[in-house]
Amino acid sequence: MLAFTLRRLVVAFCVAITVSVIAFALLHLSGDLATAIAGPEASPAQVAELRHQYGLDRPMTVQYLDWLWRALHLDFGNSFYFRDSVVSLIASRMPVTLTLGAISLVISLVIAVPLGILAAVFRGTLIDRLALTFCVLGQAIPTFCLGLGLIIVFAVNLRWLPVSGTASWQGYILPSVALGWYAVPAVMRLSRNGMLEVLSADYIRTARAKGLSPAVVVLKHALRNAIIPVVALAAVQFGFMLGGSIVVEAVFSMHGIGHLAWEAIARKDFPVVQAVVLILAAIYITLTFLADIINALLDPRMRVA
Amino acid sequence: MTDIAPSAATGAAFDSAPLRRSPAMALLRRGLRHGGLVTGSVILLVIVGLALAAPLVAPHDPYAQDLSRRMIPPIWNAKGNWDFLLGTDKLGRDYLSRLLYGARISLLIGAVTVLISGTIGTLLGVCAGYFGGRVDAVLSYIVTTRLALPVVLVALASAALVGSSLQGVIIVLGLLLWDRFAVVTRSATQQIAGSDYIAAAKAIGCSTPRLILTEVLPNILNPLIVVATLEMAHAILLEAALSFLGLGVQPPLPSWGLMIAEGKQYMFFSPWVIAIPAVALVLLVLAINLVGDGLRDVTAPENRN
Amino acid sequence: MALLEVQDLVIDIPTDSGVLHAVSGLSFSLERGETLAIVGESGSGKSLTSLALMNLLPRRAQRRATRIAFDGIDLQSISAGGMRKLRGNRMAMIFQEPMTSLNPSYTIGNQLMEALTCHRKVSQTEARDRAIYLLEKVGITAADRRLSQYPHQLSGGLRQRVMIAMALMCGPDLIIADEPTTALDVTIQAQILHLLADLQKEFGMAVILVTHDLGVVARVADKVGVMYAGRLVESGTARSVFKHPRHPYTRGLLDCIPVPGRTVPGMPLGAIRGQVPNLIGKLEGCAFRNRCDFAMDACAQTIPLACPEPDHVVRCVRVPMLEASA
Repeated sequence: MLAFTLRRLVVAFCVAITVSVIAFALLHLSGDLATAIAGPEASPAQVAELRHQYGLDRPMTVQYLDWLWRALHLDFGNSFYFRDSVVSLIASRMPVTLTLGAISLVISLVIAVPLGILAAVFRGTLIDRLALTFCVLGQAIPTFCLGLGLIIVFAVNLRWLPVSGTASWQGYILPSVALGWYAVPAVMRLSRNGMLEVLSADYIRTARAKGLSPAVVVLKHALRNAIIPVVALAAVQFGFMLGGSIVVEAVFSMHGIGHLAWEAIARKDFPVVQAVVLILAAIYITLTFLADIINALLDPRMRVA
Repeated sequence: MTDIAPSAATGAAFDSAPLRRSPAMALLRRGLRHGGLVTGSVILLVIVGLALAAPLVAPHDPYAQDLSRRMIPPIWNAKGNWDFLLGTDKLGRDYLSRLLYGARISLLIGAVTVLISGTIGTLLGVCAGYFGGRVDAVLSYIVTTRLALPVVLVALASAALVGSSLQGVIIVLGLLLWDRFAVVTRSATQQIAGSDYIAAAKAIGCSTPRLILTEVLPNILNPLIVVATLEMAHAILLEAALSFLGLGVQPPLPSWGLMIAEGKQYMFFSPWVIAIPAVALVLLVLAINLVGDGLRDVTAPENRN
Repeated sequence: MALLEVQDLVIDIPTDSGVLHAVSGLSFSLERGETLAIVGESGSGKSLTSLALMNLLPRRAQRRATRIAFDGIDLQSISAGGMRKLRGNRMAMIFQEPMTSLNPSYTIGNQLMEALTCHRKVSQTEARDRAIYLLEKVGITAADRRLSQYPHQLSGGLRQRVMIAMALMCGPDLIIADEPTTALDVTIQAQILHLLADLQKEFGMAVILVTHDLGVVARVADKVGVMYAGRLVESGTARSVFKHPRHPYTRGLLDCIPVPGRTVPGMPLGAIRGQVPNLIGKLEGCAFRNRCDFAMDACAQTIPLACPEPDHVVRCVRVPMLEASA
């Protein structure tokens, strides 16, 4: 178990370093930064001055290491556009995205897992077909379309929920549904398949032979084993949601880091984009690492006597 | 006690084994029985047909603007006009024509992206699956790194760097969406790498590149085609999201995502402006997903007799 | 009244190429405390028969019979809830694969106690005590420590013993053992069978032992039923069937067993030529006739049951002729 954890940790670390290199390269691919910052009217002398000021005349590796070192201390410099430190920008927007992601995950799990279990237990019947149809439709509707549709139906026509904003908790409902929707098919399929596989196992037949009721067989014996891969997938989906929140935040005008990144990209404010990519990647890497560990812990065969 | 001598006449055969059909015929038969596959194929063929025939079928030039005819509703609305079956947009351009030409863009993006990402992913996956060991370890490291980058974000950033254009979007998506190809082809290759016919080909001195082309690729074609269709849908959705956020295809190209973005400001009063391209998008993606899922069901080994 | 009565059991499984007649017209009965061995090769339908008795057949399989009665209770018309009350309680089953028949996520103790608590109102302590008692009875030492272990921590032989203990938790009247030793090492096989025989003597339950190993049967069974291609070709008391096997298949099976002292070294081992016929579609007459050295035209018609001795029935047209000429 310990060896397994260490190996995973090493891999996670290497991936993180690679991602940081990519994030760094993003900035420097766009051409001469000094010119971009200085603006078109600047004289060559001013550009050279800026270049020196921002340390852009140093060799690439030095610049990268310097950036990385500062990043580890959570110093990403200042935003070109907002004239504020990147860290404080991100810190102020992060809670919105995290809340959005968490609620979306909960909504998707609450819908997908029971649906998957029902579809497996009532395999081949109408329930199963409805669940699969729901799944197929879910994958076909783009998140932004769903978001817009939800706004039209619930916020405008029915006036049940606010259109946008994070002022109250109701403001999180529609965006969470829109964001969580995309994860439902994957989680539902996994629960269903896991359940189907487990239900055909010998130990389920033993449980039935003991005279246990169908509810106990499914909920006690089958679920415990079928849920294991779902937990790992849920962690990974949370990571995807954080990354994909940009679309939902744009549609619902929520000021999370996705929205921040969108504005930053439009304005070529690369320190912000770099930092957001790095942080989101770090979160994702941590989540997948945790998912692996959880998977190993839940599988009783990995437990030592 | 007399023993009755054995009689040749009654050593006759019983019911003969069921007639064997050719595998291709059996596949076609199964395919035609699969409701989802048939539905998806029909819809897809209709859309592809309309897209290819757009120059002949479209009633107007999709780029022709006429501000005197802006925001005309579709014909099912009282104020509709039979000249413009699906109405016009804010610049007076015929919506139906734009829809048809938009189909070409979506399909083009889907197809070319899949070609690029499919080639990259298959190459990586087959090598990892065939050679195993270090090569495999390197590949899973690369895939993990790629997955750690939030896709939408990096796509956005790259699109901003490479420039927002049709070609730019295709290249960026093609270079990013190869991960599922790699994963699927890797496991498919692993499954057949130990087969006898591979060993036999090696024994007669078949060179590795040739072996991969002639022995491995044809046998992993089934899961490869399934992934290709699903990734095509994924690419189309992603392009729509990018264009919606303003960093994909640029106006005046009639990308469906862009049409939705352009119509967003009118969505409360004239919902058809976003509803029509949204429905088209959902239909196309749904059809592709149905075909992909159907192909997977029909070619899965469990369904083999 | 017999404990278990089965008349004309039929099990059909619809497939893409037609209906597979897995079991056709099986009849037997079992008294309290008796051991019935159902013998047959793979595909003879013996495992499906045992599953049919417990109503644990796979979904696609269809079960029909003139009568299936357990202690007078009609098992065909009983409700699902009623059947659940019998399963694990008065009729228990032991399966072939001990490695996969226990849930890997719960302890042995949990699974043992559950077998009892779902049928009887007993406290956790009482259930635990019973589990320990039975674990010791099946020959597992340090039983109370074992209760908190997980299945993957036990060997195959130990797991099978746990399965036996689990089957005994409610003190059933009937135990159906479906090839309980096939997946175990040869050295363990004998131990498990002796254990079953001892337990049966002590607790007085009836046992149906499904197996393909004839060598086993002679020592433990009171009654024997030989199955071939879904039919019972010969059945009777063990003594009678082994001493005077009448059906050519039974004879063939017995000839296959090398006997130390009697089988001549260097001589080819006995074998039955040919293959089991395809069970899909209608099958008229004797299913064994394509492999039988004595087949004749009459074998293609429906074969009546012959009864050469009391408690010994054979489904073969030759038997009456042989008896007549004897």
